[in-house]
Amino acid sequence: MIRLAASRLLQSVLVLLAVSFATYGLIGLMPGDPIDLMISSDPRLTSEDAARLREIHGLDRPMVDRYLAWLGAALDGDFGYSRLQGRPVWDALLPALHNTLILMGLALLLALAIALPAGILAAVRRHTWIDQAVSLAAFVGISTPPFWTALLLIILFAVLFGWLPAGGSGAGEAGGPLARVQFLVLPVLSLALAGLGGYLRYVRSAMIETLGQEWIRTARAKGLSERRVVLGHALRGTLIPVTAIIGVEFGTLFSGALVTETVFAYPGMGRLIYDAVLGNDFNLALAALLLATGFTLVGNLAADVALALLDPRISPASRAG
Amino acid sequence: MTGSGPWWLAWRRFRRHPSAVAGLGLLLLLSAAAATAPLLATLLGVEADAVDLFNRFAPPSTAHPLGTDELGRDVLVRLLAGGRASLTVGLAAALASAAIGTLVGLAAGYFGGRLDALLMRLTDALLALPLLPLLIVLAALDPGKLGLAADLAGSPLAAIGRIVVIVSLFGWTTVARLVRAQTLHLRQETFVLAARAQGAGTLRILAVHILPNLASAVVVATTLAAGNVILLESVLSFLGLGISPPTPSWGNLLTNAQELIWISPMLAIWPGLMILFTVVACNVVGDGLREALDPRGATG
Repeated sequence: MIRLAASRLLQSVLVLLAVSFATYGLIGLMPGDPIDLMISSDPRLTSEDAARLREIHGLDRPMVDRYLAWLGAALDGDFGYSRLQGRPVWDALLPALHNTLILMGLALLLALAIALPAGILAAVRRHTWIDQAVSLAAFVGISTPPFWTALLLIILFAVLFGWLPAGGSGAGEAGGPLARVQFLVLPVLSLALAGLGGYLRYVRSAMIETLGQEWIRTARAKGLSERRVVLGHALRGTLIPVTAIIGVEFGTLFSGALVTETVFAYPGMGRLIYDAVLGNDFNLALAALLLATGFTLVGNLAADVALALLDPRISPASRAG
Repeated sequence: MTGSGPWWLAWRRFRRHPSAVAGLGLLLLLSAAAATAPLLATLLGVEADAVDLFNRFAPPSTAHPLGTDELGRDVLVRLLAGGRASLTVGLAAALASAAIGTLVGLAAGYFGGRLDALLMRLTDALLALPLLPLLIVLAALDPGKLGLAADLAGSPLAAIGRIVVIVSLFGWTTVARLVRAQTLHLRQETFVLAARAQGAGTLRILAVHILPNLASAVVVATTLAAGNVILLESVLSFLGLGISPPTPSWGNLLTNAQELIWISPMLAIWPGLMILFTVVACNVVGDGLREALDPRGATG
């Protein structure tokens, strides 16, 4: 168990390093560079000043040197200053991360709260109208552009009914935490719907596969009620592949959060990355991308560990150790 | 028409799925409408970019079947013109993804060992990463810094080429998985072993014995990938990183529609429906093809 986690952790660190190097290189290829930005904000700078600034900031050195310098500082916890927000990168990242985790966590819970019962019901009542309805819903779900779902929700709940705000976070407005909650409803709903189609399919096919196992036949032969067979025995077998999928889908969930946050102007990591990349905020973009990748890898890792704990068939030797 | 070749038999099996046939029909119809969009515009007597400020947000009428937008442009014609860009990108990126995926899957499946492990790790890693944030960085790159001439880098064609490259860089994984699985299976078939025993070289075995037998797997995977690729393009264009105005695409029509959502919500309905229909069509056609081309693996 511990060895499995350790080797996966090592792999994750390597992936993170590779991603940081690749992003560092790519960000250098984005339009404009920091010195150009300084020049455009201060017309008195001459080209000699620019060359001197390049030297001071080390921009005349090769990319690998600059990357290693950045990495050294980053390992010390220094990610530099955000150009757009005028504060250290960490101070800009933490509130955004907090908001995104709330959004993603609630959306994942909501999606599973719908997908688990509906998917199980579809599998148990296979080939009935319930199954067909669930499969159709899943099919439409995976074929719908996620940002369009968000727009439809805005049209329905903000434009037509006027029940909920079309975007923003409610920060800086009057009202307690309850007033802030209404700004969460549509983003959470839209992110949950974006993943729902996939989850429905996974739960349904995992349940169908589990119900075909021999130990389920044994449970039925013992004379257990169908309810106990499904909820007591098959459910656990179904949760294993579903947990694995949630781990793999963590990156997709993050991508979905980026779209949702952009549509609803919700101040999370996705929107931060979008603004930082388009606003030439190199330090912030780099750190935010790495944090996003890091969290996705941690999500994958957590799912792997949960899987090993849930499923006794996965490496029993390492489990005993 | 009668025939008995394998593709004819597949077509007969494909025809048994009404939804797949309907999906194929819809795709052909959409492609034809998008391809002839300028012609249709002339027939309707409107231009895609013709601005008519006295006729903004007009409700549907015989002259403008879906009404007009904030500049008085005909919504239907803009929608069809948007389809041109979206479908072109979808088709090109699906083909490019299929090419990359086939190469990777073939190499991983046939040579196995370390190469296989490396390539499959790469595929897994691509799936596990937060794709969209990384795609945004790629989409924001300055093509001039990659050595492209400025006038070439700024042309609309280059914009389309760029989005095709970006989307296919991430779209090939499904194809690679399917091709690898099929290659692993084919590698041990007796006709491959016989060819090798007769002294056929690796390249010959791959080109003559394995590749033709992968055709159905590649066709199915490409159709299914096309749906994903069209979704991805629409997301990037919606975020302003794909095809950018004035060239309309289904994604960037929706960016515009969000700003006008309080005035004219219907503008946000049509492009989304087009994307939804196209992706659904790709997916049902893909499912139909899978059952038609691989009757053994098909389940009801």
